[in-house]
Amino acid sequence: MIPEFGHYALILAFCIACIQGVLPLIGAHQGRREWLILARPAAQTVFCLLAIAFAILAWSFYINDFSVLYVAEHSNSQLPLMYRIGAVWGGHEGSLLLWIFLLSTWTILVAQLSKALDEFMVARVIGVLGLVTSGLLLFVLTTSNPFDRLLPAAQDGRSLNPLLQDPGLVFHPPMLYMGYVGFSVAFAFAIASLLSGRLDAAWARWSRPWTTAAWVFLTLGIALGSWWAYYELGWGGWWFWDPVENASFIPWLVGTALLHSLAVTEKRGGFKSWTVLLAITAFSLSLLGTFLVRSGVLTSVHAFATDPRRGIFILIFLVIVVGSSLTLYAWRAPKSAVGGKFSLSSRETLILLGNVFLVVSAGSVLLGTLYPLLIDALHLGKISVGPPYFNSVFVPIMIPLLVLMGVGPWANWKNTDLIAVIKRLWLAGLVAVVAGISIPLVMGQFTWLAGVGFLLAFWVIASGCLQIVRQAKTGKPTRSFMGMQVAHLGIAVFVIGITMVGGYQEEKDVRMSAGDTVSVGGYEIQLQSVAEAPGPNYKAMRGTFLLMKNGSTEATLYPEKRSYFSSTMPMTEAAIDVGLTRDIYVSLGEELGDKSWAVRVYYKPFVDWIWGGCLLMALGGVLAISDKRYRIKLKKQLS
Amino acid sequence: MKPRHKRALLIVAALAVISVAALLILNALNSNIALYVTPSEVAAGKAPNGQAFRIGGMVKDGSLKRDGLTVHFVITDMAKDIPVSYTGILPDLFKEGKGAVIQGRLNPNGEFVASEVLAKHDENYMPPEAKHALEQAQKNGSNK
Repeated sequence: MIPEFGHYALILAFCIACIQGVLPLIGAHQGRREWLILARPAAQTVFCLLAIAFAILAWSFYINDFSVLYVAEHSNSQLPLMYRIGAVWGGHEGSLLLWIFLLSTWTILVAQLSKALDEFMVARVIGVLGLVTSGLLLFVLTTSNPFDRLLPAAQDGRSLNPLLQDPGLVFHPPMLYMGYVGFSVAFAFAIASLLSGRLDAAWARWSRPWTTAAWVFLTLGIALGSWWAYYELGWGGWWFWDPVENASFIPWLVGTALLHSLAVTEKRGGFKSWTVLLAITAFSLSLLGTFLVRSGVLTSVHAFATDPRRGIFILIFLVIVVGSSLTLYAWRAPKSAVGGKFSLSSRETLILLGNVFLVVSAGSVLLGTLYPLLIDALHLGKISVGPPYFNSVFVPIMIPLLVLMGVGPWANWKNTDLIAVIKRLWLAGLVAVVAGISIPLVMGQFTWLAGVGFLLAFWVIASGCLQIVRQAKTGKPTRSFMGMQVAHLGIAVFVIGITMVGGYQEEKDVRMSAGDTVSVGGYEIQLQSVAEAPGPNYKAMRGTFLLMKNGSTEATLYPEKRSYFSSTMPMTEAAIDVGLTRDIYVSLGEELGDKSWAVRVYYKPFVDWIWGGCLLMALGGVLAISDKRYRIKLKKQLS
Repeated sequence: MKPRHKRALLIVAALAVISVAALLILNALNSNIALYVTPSEVAAGKAPNGQAFRIGGMVKDGSLKRDGLTVHFVITDMAKDIPVSYTGILPDLFKEGKGAVIQGRLNPNGEFVASEVLAKHDENYMPPEAKHALEQAQKNGSNK
């Protein structure tokens, strides 16, 4: 009976979301106050109904209700509680429900925190979000109802894919979706301003913290996914240019461009049309990502068993969203740019140039992701576009962007003397060149790629330090300024991580028996034994390895090969000795007979800096949101 | 400089960036694409010569042999068999009688030397490329 309440709540939520999407927009257009004030209560009701539906689904997992098809397919009575809760979004139906629930969460946050905003604008923003919500709810109700029954009920569930039985499942999808979905707020602000014809600096100031917040979540979500793949897929990579990874990375690149473009719109009133276009693009790409992942056209870790109707529905939805917003854009976007004038050597120009690099890189990743699909759709054969394509296109586009990152923050708005800026930066240039030459030599081998990597990273760091020194002389730096510095520092830390791993990691596949030793990156790793070890819903073969340096033992590592009771699929659980300057990574392959095992060992220098850099970027975003000028408004609202 | 000229210059700069990127993309697409080929097509000599490509199909039952870290197995679309060798650790879900996608080159003896065996992430999941190869072979078989 309870799951039917969940289904009922979804249907009601759909009806109210339609009201939330239609009446406030018409009300705002015709100036009918009584329709426009429906926006907030409608959004609150949708949120409550979705929360109820979500809680009921979680409850069904909690009590192991295997008469619900979705529960039977993704859970099992032996599954530990934490993963039973994570399994709520471990499959297609539940993850979509999470998507919509988070969309509604963003809506309610906008509704609560924007009381100082003109009520026409609020009504329009909530209305646009309501339209998106109702479209996706229709999708769930018609093709992917998580409350479908399985009669007679299953004795036990099929259990969750062992790959997903990891704490990563509990955090990665909600974080990533918060980011994906968060761009809907920037989108709604953009559409609302097009509808009202009031594209001004106030609009940019309102939409900026929301966009930054979405960007922070997306950054964390992608980083968590990368880290999860690193330790859970068992083979030590941190980024595979998998189409689904790209589907989250493309909106990130466009979102980053949007953040910078919004800064120009807020401070100088410029680039209005461009900013609006980026906001529409970022959200459309989030939807495209959902389409790619959920339609089953891609072969990847995220491809669940699929149903072609779903792909077609999302595709139609995507066409409607993109088509109608671009039409509106063509019709209402400001014809003549009335923003502040600026010269060619100004911060505006540099930000615009950076934007071009970001958008072009996003386009190149998108092209590589869609190209095989396009070729297949045209019956020209089946092909795959692999990591070498992305590396050889993406990296060269990022090099000038990083150079710009060191210069841009020095330039003044409107007009700046670039020669003077370059004169100020000679010290940063010197530091960068010295680092670019000396670090590869210290690491033992000079390659151009490593040299350029360190050069750029230290260029950004040194330039940032000089900026902080200059700012400190003129007064206390604002949070917004520090946010930028920390985020840029994050990029530099990230670049150091990938340069180190790309240039100096060591990998060995070896055959080992008890007592054998393999050396990697100046460490010796000795296999002590491989023995059986029990787990809650699996049994494992567990290896015991000693990690030694210069004859003294530093750590003991226990990689496992697990077989889960509910599936025939074996799982490799790597063992990692984490360190600030290096990870040692050991994973157990197959048994090769006569008690020897295939073993893979990695020495990965500075690999954790990759995710550390992402954390810094996110922290920078948080600092920027907490800037005083946003808080002052909040105080005004409260009083 | 007049605003019109400024705008023109900015557009030229943006176009320059885009065209350089387009060049990079075309160049990279040319050298980094792997074609999917079915075992029947390989047997018919339709595989690209001297270039890496991918084969999708089933790992033939009873064909897996180990020789230290090197494994030999046969990939099949039920019509034609192609011998494969691979040195390294196989992904968790690699099994006889299951679908697989492998990337590599043909050596002069007609053996496919794999550089990569693609991991699948769900035991119930069949790679579409492997399915495609089996369907093609079946179609050709029933036409004869």
